[in-house]
Amino acid sequence: MESENIEIKLLLEAIYLKYGYDFRNYSMASIKRRLFHRLLASELKSLSEMQNKLLYDTAFFETMLLDLSINVTEMFRDPLFYLALRTKVIPILETYPFIKVWNAGCSSGEEVYSMAILLKEEGLYQRTQIYATDFNEVILSKAKEGIFPIDCMKQYTSNYIKAGGKNSFSDYYTAKYDSAMIERDLKTNVVFADHNLVTDGVFGEMNLIMCRNVLIYFDKKLQNRALNLFCESLCHGGFLCLGSKESIRFSECADNFENVVEGQVIYRKKL
Amino acid sequence: MRKLELDNKYEAVVIGASVGGIEALRVIFAFLPAAFKQTIIVVLHLSPQSSGLAQILSRKFRMIIKEAEEKEKIKGGVVYTAPPNYHLMIEDDKTFSLSVSEQVNYARPSIDVLFETAADVYRESLIGIILTGGNKDGSQGLKKIKELGGLAIVQDPDTAEGDSMPRNAIAVSEVDHILTLDKIGLLLSGWLRQ
Repeated sequence: MESENIEIKLLLEAIYLKYGYDFRNYSMASIKRRLFHRLLASELKSLSEMQNKLLYDTAFFETMLLDLSINVTEMFRDPLFYLALRTKVIPILETYPFIKVWNAGCSSGEEVYSMAILLKEEGLYQRTQIYATDFNEVILSKAKEGIFPIDCMKQYTSNYIKAGGKNSFSDYYTAKYDSAMIERDLKTNVVFADHNLVTDGVFGEMNLIMCRNVLIYFDKKLQNRALNLFCESLCHGGFLCLGSKESIRFSECADNFENVVEGQVIYRKKL
Repeated sequence: MRKLELDNKYEAVVIGASVGGIEALRVIFAFLPAAFKQTIIVVLHLSPQSSGLAQILSRKFRMIIKEAEEKEKIKGGVVYTAPPNYHLMIEDDKTFSLSVSEQVNYARPSIDVLFETAADVYRESLIGIILTGGNKDGSQGLKKIKELGGLAIVQDPDTAEGDSMPRNAIAVSEVDHILTLDKIGLLLSGWLRQ
């Protein structure tokens, strides 16, 4: 094994033993690239030195944790996905008296609020409970705040329109200086909670699980773990929404789901 | 003049292009055989809404051109393209992985991201090619390919629609060949037909 790869393995082991965050089964190319960029930006000479520092310097580890978790997201990212949710999935959810939605790996919350807006416009929000989870507490508290840079609103408005938005997007936030604050009402039915797809288990029976662009960072083994967790958490006929380049095709639970929307990664758990 | 040839130790070529890239790739691909045993991987800067390079190119050429899929095993005889709006990376076991992490050099997919991860895996059996483009993406990746023993080729900036990408690449690393598009096509063609 290359010495560099040994250093990475040991460093990830150290993070797990010391802080409980388990990156050992993540896709390594991305982890390696991010670790080396952090190394270059620091005074440290090697990953071994970095390992030593993160063991004794919690503040240093916390900045590294932000490096290792990818938090790039948008409101109504992939508008056609949201349009498909609106036209193909909502009519089925509508038949339930109460709806539970889990946004796993919610990052800074953009997708959570997109979902809340969509449910609201379709008249389902009042009987929905949304669980928004992430393993990274710093990013989770950002999600809870629901304050986004005002510069992003142009892009989000355009996404919202393409996603079949029924109102004016500016109804959903208050602009203040360079920030846009999400309307309070969109938070009332959302519970933000710390949950790690690598180490934690089932916490409720869901009608819809949305986990977009999270599995791409996992290796096959970890992908199977997360997908099995989703499968267990969904009620019969529940929906699983993944990122546009993600798939359950080659996973252990491929047979438990059927793809219900052509061209979108929206599965339904078989009855 | 001595005829340029590529050693058959090379297993794969990674190609990066930006502005004017589709036309440049068309010129190069016109020289290439339909069947070969090596691997070609391409990153082109495209708008996130684009249908993707594979769709654009596969109408015109007979070789297998497909968008790289998450965890897909890399095979010989295939031209893989990066999906729009995702970084494309290569894992140690020669599978692809995708990422939506921050743009690198204002781009996603970024050429640097593919080149750096490809260099780590293919080392001295990798060829990196930088084509036309209006920024500096790819320079660091090409440098890494050179550092790990691979071969660096850059389109002659005087013949490129966007000359800053090739110029930056040449400024940053000791490139092996600076060539026009048809020379690059011929060189790859000879190598793929070995």
